Amino acid sequence: MNSTGAAGAVLQLVLVAGGAPLLAGLMRQVRARMEGRAGAGVAQPWRDLRKLLRKEPITPRGSGPAFRAAPTVLMATALVPAAVAPFVTTASPLDGAADLIAVVALLALGTVTLALAALDTGTAFGGMGASREMTVLALVEPTILLAVFALSVRVGSTNLAAIVTATLHDPLRVVSPASLLAAVALAVVTIAETGRLPVDNPSTHLELTMIHEAMVLEYSGPDLALIEWASAMRLTVLLGLLANLFAPWGIATGASLTALPLAVGVFAGKVALLGAGLAAAEVFMAKLRLFRVPELLAGSFLLALLAVATSFFLA
Amino acid sequence: MSDTAYVQLLDLAAGVFLLAAVLMLWRRELASIIRLFAAQGAALAALVAILGVHQQHPELLGVAAGVLALRAGLLPYLMRRALAASGEARETQPLVNVAASLLTAATLTLLAYAVSRPLVALAPSPATQAIPVGITVVLIGLFVLATRRRALSQVVGLLLVDNGITAVAFLATAGVPLTVELGVSLDVLLAVLVLLVLTARMRIAFGATDLDELRELHD
Repeated sequence: MNSTGAAGAVLQLVLVAGGAPLLAGLMRQVRARMEGRAGAGVAQPWRDLRKLLRKEPITPRGSGPAFRAAPTVLMATALVPAAVAPFVTTASPLDGAADLIAVVALLALGTVTLALAALDTGTAFGGMGASREMTVLALVEPTILLAVFALSVRVGSTNLAAIVTATLHDPLRVVSPASLLAAVALAVVTIAETGRLPVDNPSTHLELTMIHEAMVLEYSGPDLALIEWASAMRLTVLLGLLANLFAPWGIATGASLTALPLAVGVFAGKVALLGAGLAAAEVFMAKLRLFRVPELLAGSFLLALLAVATSFFLA
Repeated sequence: MSDTAYVQLLDLAAGVFLLAAVLMLWRRELASIIRLFAAQGAALAALVAILGVHQQHPELLGVAAGVLALRAGLLPYLMRRALAASGEARETQPLVNVAASLLTAATLTLLAYAVSRPLVALAPSPATQAIPVGITVVLIGLFVLATRRRALSQVVGLLLVDNGITAVAFLATAGVPLTVELGVSLDVLLAVLVLLVLTARMRIAFGATDLDELRELHD
């Protein structure tokens, strides 16, 4: 624990919070350009957030505390992983809390809170969205835990900084079958967990297909702004975890202050690259039928299980 | 070749070998199943070549070239021709649906690991530790044989079993003699040719190669 680590932790919190809407804007812009549209610009999500934050908060009649608390809880569960995970520095003073299982549990807690809020409104769409989200979550959770197990079994610890440091010291680890399989499995569940194509379409309000959008239909004003912001942050956190667990190069490890700006730049570049790649891939993809989603997630579960199995028998 | 590089490459080849088998369960298009089979054949050839280089066994390199030509070249070519003639592009309605068969593959992996532990314990080395991969592929092949209905999928299942057996043979021994491997390869080639002729006859007689239609007797 040192002052550089603390500075790094603050820096990455600001970076994720401020950069998440820009990432969402970048992904929309990439998609728009590839579809031949001009696009609204990378800063458009920030303009939307500013507009929404100025509006008057309104809650539907009959909705209870679950509905009112959800945006704050969702934001909190996105902020804590953004502060503790090793994005910019591995020497963060909050390192003790950066347990991979705890981070996954926090993100799942946010999803569950949002589903409860959707049920609380009592509308048909809210209930439908919540039920679908829980179906996807129930299939995603075992996969994440198995992939985590595959990553942590070689390091002997589920601490994120320990895993990242071990990969830094032994780069060949990344091309081992266990690591590659875990990377693919985690990529699939990241897509499912953040509600991107082919599991969910983030830009539609078509009642037959929407999952995430159905849950937040009743929100407006500052509450909606918080939820949109937190969703963008969750995407940033998951992409950042994916980037740093499998390609941690550039992260600040020591006590020198000069490594921090470089680490910030490299991390922003990695996440922007992953996000742009994801958006570009989405252009060529159609949404999967809801009944085919379990097949995709069963496949990623199998990949995660194979990752664990190979890390044992090909050790 | 240094020891770490050898272990890494061997593990990578074994991983691709296993992954191709699993993806064959996942995909429905017969054309992409055949592509995956070719990739698996290439991974098997790479596995044999890596073993050959490590054991400094030039004969194994010749066997690897033979495996590559047969399993990544000739057999996929023959199946592609049969596929083009049959006009059936997809494996429709396997007896066990795709999600369940993926989970079954997960169970089979664990089963293979459990049953091969005494084998590995006899002489632990990087090569023998990959034996569970070969046994998993054998079990997945048997599963494909039992649950898929198109004749071409059944041929793929049979070849998966054979690929698995070949992989175990190379991983468990210090090199299979060229004569034995040649005999096995010719055997497989002949079996596939016979099965493909049978498939063509079935299609002429029944108009489809769905094996479930063969239950009733016809005049």
